[in-house]
Amino acid sequence: MNLLADIHVLLPEIGLAVGAMVLLIGGVVAGDRSTGIISWLAIALLAAAGAHVFAHPETQSAFHGAFVVDGFARFAKILILAGSAFCILMAQEFFAIERTARFELPILMLLATLGMMLMVSAASFIALYMGLELQSLALYVLASFQRDSLRSTEAGLKYFVLGALSSGMLLYGISLIYGFTGTTEFSLIAHAVATVGSPNIGLIFGLVFLIAGLAFKVGAVPFHMWTPDVYEGSPTPVTAFFVTAAKVAAFALFIRAIIAPFPAIAREWQQIIVAVSVLSVVLGAVAAIGQTNIKRLLAYSSIGHVGYALLGLAAGTQAGIQGMLVYLAYYLVTNLGMFACVAAMRRNGQSVENIRDLSGLARTQPHFALAMGALVFSLAGLPPLAGIFAKLYVFAAAMQAHLYIPAIVNIVASVIGAFYYLRIIQIMYFDEPRRPLDHEAGVGTHALMWATSAISIFFVVVPAPLIAIAGQAAHSLFP
Amino acid sequence: MMSHILSLVTFLPFLGVAAIFALARGSDATVASNARWIALVTTLVEFALSLVIWFNFDGHSAAFQFVEQADWLGPGIGYHMGVDGISMLFIVLTAGLMPFCILASWESIETRVAEYMIAFLALESLMIGVFCALDLILFYVFFEGGLIPMFLIIGVWGGARRVYASFKFFLYTLLGSVLMLLAILAMYIAAGTTDIATLLHYHFPPAMQTWLWLAFFASFAVKMPMWPVHTWLPDAHVEAPTAGSVILAGILLKMGGYGFLRFSLPMFASASVTFTPLVFALSIVAIIYTSLVALAQEDIKKLIAYSSVAHMGFVTMGLFTLTQQGLDGGIFQMLSHGVVSGALFLCVGVIYDRMHTREIAAYGGLVNRMPVYAACFMVFTLANVGLPGTGGFVGEFMTMLGAFLVNTWVAIFAATGVILSAAYALYAYRRVIFGALVKPALQTIQDLSPREFAILAPLVVITIVMGFYPKPVFDVTSVSVANLITQNKTALTLDRAPQLAARAQGAVR
Repeated sequence: MNLLADIHVLLPEIGLAVGAMVLLIGGVVAGDRSTGIISWLAIALLAAAGAHVFAHPETQSAFHGAFVVDGFARFAKILILAGSAFCILMAQEFFAIERTARFELPILMLLATLGMMLMVSAASFIALYMGLELQSLALYVLASFQRDSLRSTEAGLKYFVLGALSSGMLLYGISLIYGFTGTTEFSLIAHAVATVGSPNIGLIFGLVFLIAGLAFKVGAVPFHMWTPDVYEGSPTPVTAFFVTAAKVAAFALFIRAIIAPFPAIAREWQQIIVAVSVLSVVLGAVAAIGQTNIKRLLAYSSIGHVGYALLGLAAGTQAGIQGMLVYLAYYLVTNLGMFACVAAMRRNGQSVENIRDLSGLARTQPHFALAMGALVFSLAGLPPLAGIFAKLYVFAAAMQAHLYIPAIVNIVASVIGAFYYLRIIQIMYFDEPRRPLDHEAGVGTHALMWATSAISIFFVVVPAPLIAIAGQAAHSLFP
Repeated sequence: MMSHILSLVTFLPFLGVAAIFALARGSDATVASNARWIALVTTLVEFALSLVIWFNFDGHSAAFQFVEQADWLGPGIGYHMGVDGISMLFIVLTAGLMPFCILASWESIETRVAEYMIAFLALESLMIGVFCALDLILFYVFFEGGLIPMFLIIGVWGGARRVYASFKFFLYTLLGSVLMLLAILAMYIAAGTTDIATLLHYHFPPAMQTWLWLAFFASFAVKMPMWPVHTWLPDAHVEAPTAGSVILAGILLKMGGYGFLRFSLPMFASASVTFTPLVFALSIVAIIYTSLVALAQEDIKKLIAYSSVAHMGFVTMGLFTLTQQGLDGGIFQMLSHGVVSGALFLCVGVIYDRMHTREIAAYGGLVNRMPVYAACFMVFTLANVGLPGTGGFVGEFMTMLGAFLVNTWVAIFAATGVILSAAYALYAYRRVIFGALVKPALQTIQDLSPREFAILAPLVVITIVMGFYPKPVFDVTSVSVANLITQNKTALTLDRAPQLAARAQGAVR
């Protein structure tokens, strides 16, 4: 009976697992011709899982507390499922135009999504590690998916080696924490840490390794080195998947693995997160200036955005987590659009990635330029576009937690960061047109571009619902 | 309609934007012509609406009028619009200058006309929003949102160094604004709301006020612009298309002064008093130093840009005197400078469209071929100098009167600026207009076309009417200004109460 109840709680995850395996068998039988159908079935599966998550608002736990489905997990899951579904759509069209479509891609994305779902629901370190590795292994393969491309295979190898290293550090941290508290469950660790009183040096050691591993997964400075290479080398829809769904999952994991077990030693981890946040923002802003490849530029931009989001975690309060969740939602939507734009950048049937290829886009394709321009201004955090509201709540939480200096440094760095976003606008709007881009990209990619830029522009009209929902989700972490 | 008129006047330009989008079909020429007419009609309707606001405004009340409230972001941050005597006339100024901008761009802008008009309409909406907003976050959204269209206007339709100028403009202003954003958040955390009407009666501790004042100052001083953070302005002015310069000088600069009036003076009363010497010093430097710099300019637009910095020095000086004369004068100076400097840029645009150069040395003796133009230009030059009988005089005189009441030395130094402004303005006027018409390129230059005359003539009338009959402006502003001074004094007593109490206790002991 108990098992049935547990299965019921994890029904979306189990559905995804079974569905992925069935699709795999179907793909093996039908071959690469079936990629389109498999992609759409995968999207349907994700939509069904999303509907199930949406329809069951009650907080539940399963498998002796190893997994928990609360408001926070549901918020992250909806974002992840939406991100995955749109990335599969983008990938389907991208590889169809490239004529390298393979049926494994949507299935690998499904399996990675399953890992992410488990990650955000994990309430013990063992469950967390299991979900994380399932996700990571699928992502390593995805990074090198264009196996004839040197850059893609290099990206996959780099990601694998460095990802394995970070998993090792994470595991080492977990084992130290287990050694000093005698448990891997978040709630029991929280209890054990609180009763010890003064922070134990061994425990702090474990915490540092844990944070190092987690910072690696979200791509925060000083563990960011893999992001530019991997983001540049991977096929564009896969990069979109890394930046959107995978990043949200890693963040959700980061938040829960810090907030739930270690509220008693907040002062210890707060200073680490503050340093990581400030360094990420500053490095992201400065290093992006010299980039010429748009995916590499967006990689540095994402390092910067990780820094802003971490400011909310550094605050360590419910308001901070609320701000982070708003930030993640905004970040996911905007980057889906940005990468849809990058996927649509083609000339003479070839995918192009140099920022200079956008020269004079406002003359040759004014609508494309408008959509991309809105997304870029939103990423730069300028009102009235959506980005400023995401920043607003994170910074408010930081100020409330008296993190004045980090807030000031980060917001000044955002002005430096505005420079390279403006450069994209300059190239699109001010510069003379060069050879125009093709109009070839698929309907779905274009729709994604338009929908996300419309959300960026019109979010200012009705911002309250998202903020309220994020508030409820954050509340579930602070019982 | 009156209950939603502010939302209407703020967001109506977006209706024009939608119309341009909807009618952007057919050949380039039809699209351009449609866009021009839609923009002109929209801005004229806007102007009519702003006049409706003026006629229905009750000048005897210092309360916010035409108030609208709705839920927006969440608890404490709402959609709250309203105007009082301080902000109302800026809406009229914005809406009034806009049709001139569209007309001035009628022929001089030939490429991407639809985008140009969209940028201007969006800018108008955001600028009017700044003066209507009664919520800090809402204010910030409008205040900083205006950067995007202005950045595009300078960068796409500007002169040779447009990229440099647009980036400089954008990054300077943004750096100031983000610090203000942090201050806004600090106020939100302290007071639990960003509602301006509530915050006007909220008492911030004096130590906190200092930081808040400095953060707001960072934003408004750049926007104003005050010396030494004014260097973006000459570049932006020179590179912007004519209408862009008009909006920059006419309205964007006034947002800084408006910010001081709306936030710094009433909300951070003690800090304002503490920092008054700093503001006076910077104002004096701006008045004298930038006037001298203007004297050395070879580029007409740059000259007007530096003269704008000098005139804004009078405004900041007048505002921080915290006297009825100084504040009334400061507001009047902003309004008259909005009209006069806008008109001067339009005048420069007239000859620039003909000769495509802004070098003063390239002109000379224009009066021989362009008598009507020379007359119009003279009125605006003299108004810029501050000649009695023009709008420029009233503001400068009253700000100096206010300064004289507070600090004689400040007034004396400011008065030298008036002399210097006469020197650079008349010197430039002589070199452009008078002398012999010897340059071959100027031999065939034409006087004002009917369209250009239609642009400049109303502005001549307004400039002179403002000089002889400023009463309608003061009817609107004086009660609100008096209320502002009372608010400032009340807040000051509250801030000093603990100190006084401590001193009194010491005396008793």
